[in-house]
Amino acid sequence: MASHNDDTEESGDAVTDGGVVEEQQQTGFGPITKLNERFGSDFVESSQFWLPPFLLVGLFVYGAIIWNVMISLTDFQGFGTPDYSDLDLEMYARALSDSGFVDAAVNTFVLLIGFTLVTLAIGLGLAILIDRNIRFENTFRTIYLLPMSLSFVVTAQFWAWMYNFNNGVINIVLTSVGLDRVDWIGSPNIVLWAVVFALMWQFAGYAMVVYLAGLRAIPDEHYEAAKVDGASTLRMYWRVIIPQLKGSTISASVVLMVFALKAFDFLYSLVGGYRPPNGADILATKMVREAYANLNWAYSSAIAIMLFLMALSIVGPYLYYQYKEGHL
Amino acid sequence: MSDETRTDGGAVSAAGSDQPAGLLAEIDAYRVALYLGLLAILAFFLIPIESGLVTSFKTSTGVSGTLPFAPPTPEVFTLAKWQTAFDALARGLVNSALYAVPATVISALLGSFAAYGITQSNWKPKYKAPILALFVAGIFIPYQAVLVPLSQFWSMVPLQEALGFVWALGISSDYTGVVELIVTHVAYGLPICTVLFRSYYKNMSEEMIEAARLDGASIRRVYRRIVLPLSGPMFAVVLIYQFTQIWNDLLFTLVLVQTESSTAAPIVLILAGLGQSLEGQDFALRMAGAFIAALPTLAVYIMFGEEFAEGVAT
Repeated sequence: MASHNDDTEESGDAVTDGGVVEEQQQTGFGPITKLNERFGSDFVESSQFWLPPFLLVGLFVYGAIIWNVMISLTDFQGFGTPDYSDLDLEMYARALSDSGFVDAAVNTFVLLIGFTLVTLAIGLGLAILIDRNIRFENTFRTIYLLPMSLSFVVTAQFWAWMYNFNNGVINIVLTSVGLDRVDWIGSPNIVLWAVVFALMWQFAGYAMVVYLAGLRAIPDEHYEAAKVDGASTLRMYWRVIIPQLKGSTISASVVLMVFALKAFDFLYSLVGGYRPPNGADILATKMVREAYANLNWAYSSAIAIMLFLMALSIVGPYLYYQYKEGHL
Repeated sequence: MSDETRTDGGAVSAAGSDQPAGLLAEIDAYRVALYLGLLAILAFFLIPIESGLVTSFKTSTGVSGTLPFAPPTPEVFTLAKWQTAFDALARGLVNSALYAVPATVISALLGSFAAYGITQSNWKPKYKAPILALFVAGIFIPYQAVLVPLSQFWSMVPLQEALGFVWALGISSDYTGVVELIVTHVAYGLPICTVLFRSYYKNMSEEMIEAARLDGASIRRVYRRIVLPLSGPMFAVVLIYQFTQIWNDLLFTLVLVQTESSTAAPIVLILAGLGQSLEGQDFALRMAGAFIAALPTLAVYIMFGEEFAEGVAT
């Protein structure tokens, strides 16, 4: 229902959005007409909607990444401003010869793979259980997903307490069944798996939601056909259902890996500082520590770029796959 | 009971087909095991939260002297930790709301604009694709890759001077950090907002929009009269998702506000250092603080769980 006022204003031309466009469309020589001819009839007029957000994202995301590459090529550290006249790859060489960096890279890799696989497996199990026509399905689902709504800062407090050596729930349970207490946070060989477990607790519900959507999209006939063939439940899932969840698996694992790359918040809050427990340093924490505790700006930028490339190697193929499948 | 029998899994019907007498017993055992399993998992997801909740009501002797998941006995019950935590975090609650609410609303609105401009207007798909790809890829950027330039950028922008008239009103100039956080969260939240709205607009009926365009409505008017009024459900999803993300984020607050002693310190920043001192960790205080910090997102989650699930599943 257009107001009367709008109607009279715009009665002159079919597609109007202010006088400038209108005039140039009529003469047919302006740059706007040329843009519209090249990109499509709504290109210029729709740009008032998508261009400002696009510029903001372009500046803050892509502009910043390019700037980060530049800083990583300088020797910028301490206070002051970076000197862009002398660019080299020194900081990348420094990273590769820094055992702390190599350890952090290995830990990042372990965290990424371990966390993703464990969470996917648990999430799939949860989704299958939830999908068995149970009562109170919504309640179960809501509680399984609940930890995901919490901040890493909050869950880190909970898990610091769960893993507490003397009074934590986990050690209390261990001693009650006759096992020895374990120093979950203090042992360099264990702490990373303790972190993987805590993150799994937080995100298994997410994997469940994605898999549940995938399961519900499979037609009932597939289940019934398997039953008619006399397949056992286990066999039906393994042979018929799970292969059809490929799409869910791919998109869930990409998102989970990105969460794992962001585990910085969790590790920072676990100890309340830039230095994570021994054996749990990952690239994300090392980068922030080098920058904001040690003021090694250029070095931390180089670490950040390598972290970015790691993310890109995961996300790039995924985006290409989505593009090929026509989901973009 | 008979309802459940029919809707059950394949194993049961296959096994029971030639021995109907044992069928009922078998199904019962199966259902019981299923529900027991589901309840055990429920306990697993709730134990860290439950243990934190009961611990937050215990005195320090109670924390070390009682089981971590047992409710406090009257001798060790106290509200003092909640009181201390609230005193420490109250300012953070306000500060967090000061940037989380505007940043959520602005990024949702701009995300809707961007998605509309790309999806529901007529220009060539081959030029839309790269723009869309840049938005989508923006979701997956590890923020570490933009941190150093981000702090450089905000140290170069004379925002504190430009906002001089605000500080003249007696507001601490620490709040420059809050303004920076709004802009930063809008910029980095835009990609996910755009993609969520895009998935919604892609499935919107095109007939109505095309008819309106043929009648001579401008792109702007189609948005205002048709698309925006129909976007309500998606706005709910995006607002809830974004609010949770922004409220929960620590990294940007750490970099842009830096110290928890700042007047403008957000709640997550104060919480990260709460209850840690040279004498050891005060877990009851940390738990109470964790719950206070989690309350807004928990409230949102409990009220709008469906929308949250939809937001994360897309």
